Amino acid sequence: MKLKWTLLAMIFTVAAVLSGCEPLLVLDPKGPQAKVQADDIMLSIWIMSGIVIVVFAILVFVLVKYRASKQSADYEPPHIEGNMFVEAICIGVPIIIVIFLSVMSVKSNYEVEATPKGYEGQEPLVIYASSSDWKWHFSYPEEGIETVNYVNIPAGRPLEFKLYSYGPITSFWIPQLGGQKYAMGDMVTTLHLAADEPGELMGRNANFSGAGFAENTFDVEAMSQTDFDKWVKEVQDTAKPLTEEKFNELLKPGHLGRSTYTGTHLEFSPAPEHHHDSADSDKVSEGEHHHESSDSGKEADHSHHH
Amino acid sequence: MDFFNRFAIPHPSFLIYASMVAIGLTGIAVILGITYFKKWGYLWREWLTTVDHKRIGIMYLISALLMLFRGGVDAIMLRAQLAIPDNKFLESQHYNEVFTTHGVVMILFMAMPFIMFFFNFVVPLQIGARDVAFPRLNAISFWLFFMGAMLFNISFVIGGSPDAGWTSYFPLAGNDFSTSVGSNYYMIAIQIAGIGTLMTGINFITTIFKMRAPGMKLMQMPMFTWSALISNLIIVFAFPVLTVLLAMGTMDRLFDTKFFTIGDGGSDMLWANLFWVWGHPEVYILILPAFGLFSEIISTFARRNLYGYKSMVASMVVISAFSFFVWAHHFFTMGQGALANSFFSITTMAIAVPTGVKIFNWLFTLWKGKIEFTTPMLYAMHFLPLFTLGGVTGVMLAMSAADYQYHNTMFLVAHFHNVIIPGVVYAMLAGLTYYWPKMFGFMLNERIGKWTVWLMSTGFILAFIPMYITGLDGQARRMYTYSEATGFAPLNMVAFIGAGIMAISFALLVYNIYYSVRYSPRNIGNDPWNARTLEWATHTPVPEYNFAVMPQVKSTEAFWDAKKHGHEIFKGKIEKIHMPNSSGLPFIMSCIFFVFGFSMIFSIWPLAIISLLGILGCLVYRSFEKDHGHYIPVEEIEDTETKLRGAK
Repeated sequence: MKLKWTLLAMIFTVAAVLSGCEPLLVLDPKGPQAKVQADDIMLSIWIMSGIVIVVFAILVFVLVKYRASKQSADYEPPHIEGNMFVEAICIGVPIIIVIFLSVMSVKSNYEVEATPKGYEGQEPLVIYASSSDWKWHFSYPEEGIETVNYVNIPAGRPLEFKLYSYGPITSFWIPQLGGQKYAMGDMVTTLHLAADEPGELMGRNANFSGAGFAENTFDVEAMSQTDFDKWVKEVQDTAKPLTEEKFNELLKPGHLGRSTYTGTHLEFSPAPEHHHDSADSDKVSEGEHHHESSDSGKEADHSHHH
Repeated sequence: MDFFNRFAIPHPSFLIYASMVAIGLTGIAVILGITYFKKWGYLWREWLTTVDHKRIGIMYLISALLMLFRGGVDAIMLRAQLAIPDNKFLESQHYNEVFTTHGVVMILFMAMPFIMFFFNFVVPLQIGARDVAFPRLNAISFWLFFMGAMLFNISFVIGGSPDAGWTSYFPLAGNDFSTSVGSNYYMIAIQIAGIGTLMTGINFITTIFKMRAPGMKLMQMPMFTWSALISNLIIVFAFPVLTVLLAMGTMDRLFDTKFFTIGDGGSDMLWANLFWVWGHPEVYILILPAFGLFSEIISTFARRNLYGYKSMVASMVVISAFSFFVWAHHFFTMGQGALANSFFSITTMAIAVPTGVKIFNWLFTLWKGKIEFTTPMLYAMHFLPLFTLGGVTGVMLAMSAADYQYHNTMFLVAHFHNVIIPGVVYAMLAGLTYYWPKMFGFMLNERIGKWTVWLMSTGFILAFIPMYITGLDGQARRMYTYSEATGFAPLNMVAFIGAGIMAISFALLVYNIYYSVRYSPRNIGNDPWNARTLEWATHTPVPEYNFAVMPQVKSTEAFWDAKKHGHEIFKGKIEKIHMPNSSGLPFIMSCIFFVFGFSMIFSIWPLAIISLLGILGCLVYRSFEKDHGHYIPVEEIEDTETKLRGAK
């Protein structure tokens, strides 16, 4: 019995730590997507705790009741093949739990892959977030500005992060706004987020990308729409333009502090959005040709896309 | 001099130089020792050229234990580095190499040979066979594995270790971002070992289908043999994917092909997909034999037949099929959309059902039993609750939307260690303790053994439960350091202490072997555990031919029936026994493979071509070799039998 209480105490300690004293980042959501995920996590923790308790209880029961030291020396355990009814329960109940969790999981999948709930009517702010060893570049194409290693966002407005990478696969993650998604060199992925209220948040690359990975973080600041507009205006007025030369310098492997520019690198180094090639981006990639080491393989590949 | 520069370490440190010296001294000591005791002939005749499945099994075991300690030292270094914030013990490059080799060594060069040891030692005995179907192929399997493992292990002193993680995702593992030869080692060493594994798969499927004792139907095979069959079937389906994948990776790195590049028609996502098409079945290749061992152990020490034999078999078959349809759950965050994620989320959760069936069947095997807490049983009883915990966190990870938050964090690291350590490692150590007397004729000390189990579980809980919490708090995996401000420090210190306790428990295991070699009683008979299956019906130590007379089988527990119900296993008289001849060819060919691999890694083309011709030469020689094996005459068998009976 002592063992059982120890185990129960352990589970409750873990549950207590998970559910509250000091909120863990993932369980302390500041946006609708993170909220969906935190709810899923807590729901599954409770259901799984139930399963764990049932298994632990049966185990403790049989271990206490059927240990050899408690039985007479001549007790001969029976031969039991199995029982259709018992096995049907052991299959049926888990199937019901799995079906329930599957429904929840599918529902959440479609939620996190769409404009956040409650923000559907609004025009999302599109931000291109690209990684290079070991930095993050944030381009605001509509505002015509770009930042390095920090991103300011308006609270109360849906955000669409367009992710890609100038190096190894990375993973864009702001735990309190929502789960992560990969940024890769040959396609653009989209992460739908929103911040409910102003505040400072942690963001990082979560996918191992080499020697500088641990410090591959960025600052996130959610601010009111007015403050955001003010900040954009200020950047447009005061920051230096981002030249191609400057951008190539930024791409070099290493760590950098925060910096801010007018204009975005999308103008001379567009995101790898193969499937949405418009006439515009066509022109840009034509212009891009002479920058690249033009071996024939690359040429062929490019013409293939147009 | 230019030629030799390539062998230099790209990021030397004191630890690496110290290891070089240690490796050199150990090598010299071993060679001198063998020469001094005049054991070269013995080593060659009895071990290097053997085709006996039991000896090959023991060589797998020794390799696995060595690799366990190599991987364990890696683990301690990782935990030590993370124990305090902003630690300067390892720099990031070194840390990256250490966690890469920790993963590869533990999965491919520790867990794999450990289950190969059980396949080799146990399966033929359990089905009443005299060897495997292709004994010489079996020797090739072992030596290829061994040479692959050795090749991988020298990487950190010659040329530098791989540093792109055990998953080795491109483009990080490509030439642009991994400039040392480390990732060449990864591609080629694993390839060589993997060929050996694929052959093992073919060998054991054939053995189990064709060489069972008279009367043993498929549905009468002991549960470990069933698990070995399913596991080897998965090997045969999954390992060719690895072979192709590594070949493509090798060509990208050595010959500048563009399979996994960005642009030029390559795709980095292709590597991730193919890797996990092999990688996920791989974890079931490891866990199913572990389930098989626990089934044997739980049934033996509950003194009861296994509950729900048929549903146990059925659940393994279902798991093996499903294991090929879940691979994308390793990268729900790749952006394949809600539909694909929903498919893989549901298939992944569905695997929990057959796994749950197995857990309940073990619990019901204990029901109405007469449970004895021997060391193997204690491992099994710690396995059940801890593995359940790992299993349910797996279901949590399977919820793909939530996985966006777990992915790449310590939560995931906690989960897979929580299934692999109580699942695979406990099964291996329980099985080792269980089969030790059959191999060596004495038991491991029970008192020290139980201390080992309790310490290991304490260490395990302290080391890995905190990671669930720091993961949910935003600690990404594979970070070589973190700042004080993150608040990860206290729990990482707890994890380090846990890792230390686990290290003590492994040291205790070694001490137990030493202690038992010296002090354990030797007159333990053939069946010290009062077990139920055929491997306990033959002598200890097991004679070369395993069974003097072929056993007759009528149920899942032939030996138990013989002990309790008067079933006669050994009917008929002794006849001459046909056995395969030893051969040095597997060892020699694998040595040439080692040279071939080494020259490929360092792009030394002339040597690569010469060694490739050498390998072909070995194959040609074998094709024309006349080798029909030999017969053991009846008198010799009777002599051996009398001696072994007298030895009891």
